[in-house]
Amino acid sequence: MKNKSSEKYVYAAMRFTTYLVILVIAYIIIDIVWNGIGTLSVEFLTAAPKKSGAEGGIFPAIIGTLYLVTGTICIALPLGMSSAVYLSEYASPGRLTNIIRLAIITLAGVPSIVFGLFGLGLFVIFLNFGTSILAGSMTLACLILPTIIVSSEEALRTVPQSLREGSLALGATKWQTIYKNVLPYSIPGMITGSILGIGRAAGETAPILLTAAAFFLPKLPNSVFDQVMVLPYHLYVLATQHPDVTKVRPMQYGTALVLLLMVLGINLVAILIRGHFRKRYRW
Amino acid sequence: MVKMTTENNKAKTKISVTNLDFYYSAVQALFDISIDVPAKQVTALIGPSGCGKSTFLRTLNRMNDTIPGTKYDGKIRIDDKDIYAPSTDVVALRKKVGMVFQKSNPFPKSIFDNIAYGPRIHGTKKQSELSEIVEKSLDRSGLWNEVKDRLHKSALKLSGGQQQRLCIARALAVDPEILLMDEPASALDPQATVKIEELIEELRADYTIIIVTHNMQQAARVSGFTAFFYEGKLVEFGETEKLFTKPQKKHTEDYVTGRFG
Ligand SMILES: Nc1ncnc2c1ncn2[C@@H]1O[C@H](COP(=O)(O)OP(=O)(O)OP(=O)(O)O)[C@@H](O)[C@H]1O
Ligand SMILES: [Mg+2]
Repeated sequence: MKNKSSEKYVYAAMRFTTYLVILVIAYIIIDIVWNGIGTLSVEFLTAAPKKSGAEGGIFPAIIGTLYLVTGTICIALPLGMSSAVYLSEYASPGRLTNIIRLAIITLAGVPSIVFGLFGLGLFVIFLNFGTSILAGSMTLACLILPTIIVSSEEALRTVPQSLREGSLALGATKWQTIYKNVLPYSIPGMITGSILGIGRAAGETAPILLTAAAFFLPKLPNSVFDQVMVLPYHLYVLATQHPDVTKVRPMQYGTALVLLLMVLGINLVAILIRGHFRKRYRW
Repeated sequence: MVKMTTENNKAKTKISVTNLDFYYSAVQALFDISIDVPAKQVTALIGPSGCGKSTFLRTLNRMNDTIPGTKYDGKIRIDDKDIYAPSTDVVALRKKVGMVFQKSNPFPKSIFDNIAYGPRIHGTKKQSELSEIVEKSLDRSGLWNEVKDRLHKSALKLSGGQQQRLCIARALAVDPEILLMDEPASALDPQATVKIEELIEELRADYTIIIVTHNMQQAARVSGFTAFFYEGKLVEFGETEKLFTKPQKKHTEDYVTGRFG
């Protein structure tokens, strides 16, 4: 009897904390939507900013963010997925592999401003890409590589060993086995995990502050070597650097809302992909 | 150790194993195994759990290569070719030596794609050829009539017994000469087991079959030869009937009469 009642308390406590978390998230979302929805307009979404962001829209920042996200995906996804395949399918388990894994996990915990500095040193200055989409994408790619590798390895692990053995026993080579009988089942999981990571990268300010972002640049980039405006940095500028911060409050909320919607959109894509593939493969 | 060969040497030897030792890292799992497996016969491997039956089976198609840290010593020849020689093409070896696993492992693909998997890997591209192979293999494994209307449905929707026969069909599709079966019926109900046994009976004429089984009656029913393993050693090998009725070793007698294991 005693056990049962204590179980009830634990259960109630856990439920309470869950509600608390949901409440906080709901508050943030409602606050942003409530204050930002009024700013949303065709002009806001499609026009360039005027008067250092006090008027006009945020179109260049939306485009800049999209470019950066796309660049990050193109760089990080193939790199991260192939590293994961190598680590979990090819590398023989042992000291070295464990050290590499540990390094990757540690990398995931490194503050994003450190990645920014790293990107500044390596891509912007040393490789001479300048403050640019390319340098920013590469920096963001480094930031989310650990996430992609870890979630991809996870996805590979869900494929039962018996499927690999079944394929090898038919005379398939290791690569044929991976390509035909492991990747098709794990790619949805790999992509979902990776996109969730990319959603996070889209909102990062620190890494791109030093490598890609322009303070105020009301025109669109022409090449990957151009600077761009980006939503998170624009928001930061409006909220802290603008001469009249309170006056541009609606612009801040509008920018935050657009950024939020973009991240939600990216995550939604991830969920749809997962749902689509779940129906196809099951074991 | 004297090589254990079947007394009547009428049967041609397909697989010849001499002084095989096998190690998982530091642990030795097989000790000095020597055996000549006859061609186009069913050979049963029996013995208590953990005695090395699966390990032995998996040395024959070099499946153990996939486990890090394994070592072997000795010789295994198939058709007089050393399968552990550096020049051996493991892919060709595994194509020739098919394997059916204890737990059926259909791929999460359609029935058709399961069977066509092997042929496709080995270079068959033409749809008509693939269809022919699929039909022939399913027919051989007695599954054709049950699945011919749903070839493009998922193989995972089949019953346990059907899945196991699908795996047999999949192995047959690459046209092997040897079939290794590791307790193919252990997870099946009696009816499905009967089907598998009938199938083995059918296949005997064309393939060299080695089957691991825990079931003495099954060994007696399906096999012409039986090998008794105990603690990593081959204790006795001979014609199934002789081994069951007049075992040469006390150990074998105790095991086949159910006094231990
Ligand atoms: N991957 C492995 N790594 C280390 N040891 C192993 C491995 N696989 C098997 N062994 C050991 O090798 C010995 C033989 O195992 P094996 O699986 O060949 O036995 P078995 O006769 O097939 O048993 P069962 O009838 O239970 O399937 C056992 O002691 C087992 O613990
Ligand atoms: Mg076994």
